[in-house]
Amino acid sequence: MYAFEFTRPKTVAEAVAALAGEDAQALGGGQTLIPTLKQRLASPGMLVSLAGIAAMRGVSVAGGTLTVGGGTTHAAVARGAAAAFPALAALAGRIGDPAVRNRGTIGGSLANNDPSACYPAAVLAAGASVVTDRREIAADDFFRGMFATALEAGEIITAVRFPVPQRAAYAKFVQPASRFALVGVFVAKSAAGVRVAVTGASEGGVFRWTQAEAALAADFRPEAVRGLRAAAAGMIGDLHGSPEYRAHLVGVMTARAVAAA
Amino acid sequence: MAKVAMTVNGKAVSGEVEGRTLLVQFLREGLGLTGTHVGCDTSQCGACVVHIDGAAVKACAVFALDAEGASVRTIEGMANADGSLSAIQQAFQDHHALQCGFCTPGMVMSAAALLAENPKPTEREVREYLEGNLCRCTGYHNIVKAIMAASGQEVAIAAE
Ligand SMILES: Cc1cc2nc3c(=O)[nH]c(=O)nc-3n(C[C@H](O)[C@H](O)[C@H](O)COP(=O)(O)OP(=O)(O)OC[C@H]3O[C@@H](n4cnc5c(N)ncnc54)[C@H](O)[C@@H]3O)c2cc1C
Ligand code: FES
Ligand code: FES
Repeated sequence: MYAFEFTRPKTVAEAVAALAGEDAQALGGGQTLIPTLKQRLASPGMLVSLAGIAAMRGVSVAGGTLTVGGGTTHAAVARGAAAAFPALAALAGRIGDPAVRNRGTIGGSLANNDPSACYPAAVLAAGASVVTDRREIAADDFFRGMFATALEAGEIITAVRFPVPQRAAYAKFVQPASRFALVGVFVAKSAAGVRVAVTGASEGGVFRWTQAEAALAADFRPEAVRGLRAAAAGMIGDLHGSPEYRAHLVGVMTARAVAAA
Repeated sequence: MAKVAMTVNGKAVSGEVEGRTLLVQFLREGLGLTGTHVGCDTSQCGACVVHIDGAAVKACAVFALDAEGASVRTIEGMANADGSLSAIQQAFQDHHALQCGFCTPGMVMSAAALLAENPKPTEREVREYLEGNLCRCTGYHNIVKAIMAASGQEVAIAAE
């Protein structure tokens, strides 16, 4: 790791000010960023730890909306969302392992937008919005392809607002070495319709499988998607699975998510 | 360099660290608490697991400065007050839950975090909780047995 300065502000305003400095970068739980720094794939001059900002932690429910602070750990979401939004709690409770869940945060996961990460699927399927220090971004506008988001330099995710769906579930096919999703599908049914978001599969990162959404809007049962095939073009191919294998898993995991919802 | 202060195994400690100093480095090199091991240094193996304010974390993936003001517990803080082994440690010895012992500090710390949160886990819950702790020697069965025994439950593990 190259050397850097370290600061731990107490408020979002102080963090935003610190991040305006040259070469400054936010540090969430560090579960992605610290390994990246060790590999010298990032070399910030200043790390701004968000871990001391109490206002960015916690889960609350009001009027059908579940709000998760951007600095809330996966373990805290697994506990705090269990009653109001069990599908989200279950997703958080299966990220990585317990030690990763005790440090990693929802804000860090979304800002990173790893193509195999779990939270992006929940945020996109639920039609959540990402709240930052300066604006609120709809899920459909937030994810901009593998490791890319709508965030500007120095912009901090302070919260995520989820409209709680009527029915929802996340089905994850675990890649056992990394513990990320080889393919993960989050299905959410609400008064507005059905949304299906797929992670782990596409070169473009998380995406909505609109064909399945239409089929499920008409008939919300696993059988409704059995005949559908996701296209293998543009799917990730690596030593863990070919594009065709992943495309096949998209259908299988969608049916499993619907069955569990 | 910056000053960092925290509580480690009940004692107030402080030291000078760099921004990039990991908690595990501060514990091992700064405080001489070498019970916490570094296996992979890539967040995979769990040999470095310690507790921060009661929660199990990988000390190779936390900066020392982010533990400012925290209460940290390491394997050196696990024995009973009279120096005898704690129930979990004793169960590891009784059930041969270690061979080379490299993974053991992390295993014991993860086991302690699990039992604090879930005092009577099922065998499956024990295995799931240990997902981030790798052992190259034992094949895990005896570790699971030890943790079941430490929780005061029947030790009946199908695969031997
Ligand atoms: C062994 C292991 C297994 C894992 N398994 C899974 C899994 O199954 N599923 C899964 O989804 N993830 C998994 N992860 C990743 C984990 O969820 C990380 O916690 C997450 O990707 C990053 O969150 P973080 O808080 O640690 O962010 P950091 O590592 O601190 O930061 C990541 C990036 O986000 C930025 N950032 C951090 N917080 C904010 C914020 N609030 N606002 C704006 N930018 C911010 C940082 O500048 C950095 O660029 C795993 C990680 C490990 C080590
Ligand atoms: S040394 Fe920390 S997880 Fe392996
Ligand atoms: S006892 Fe050797 S690694 Fe576990």
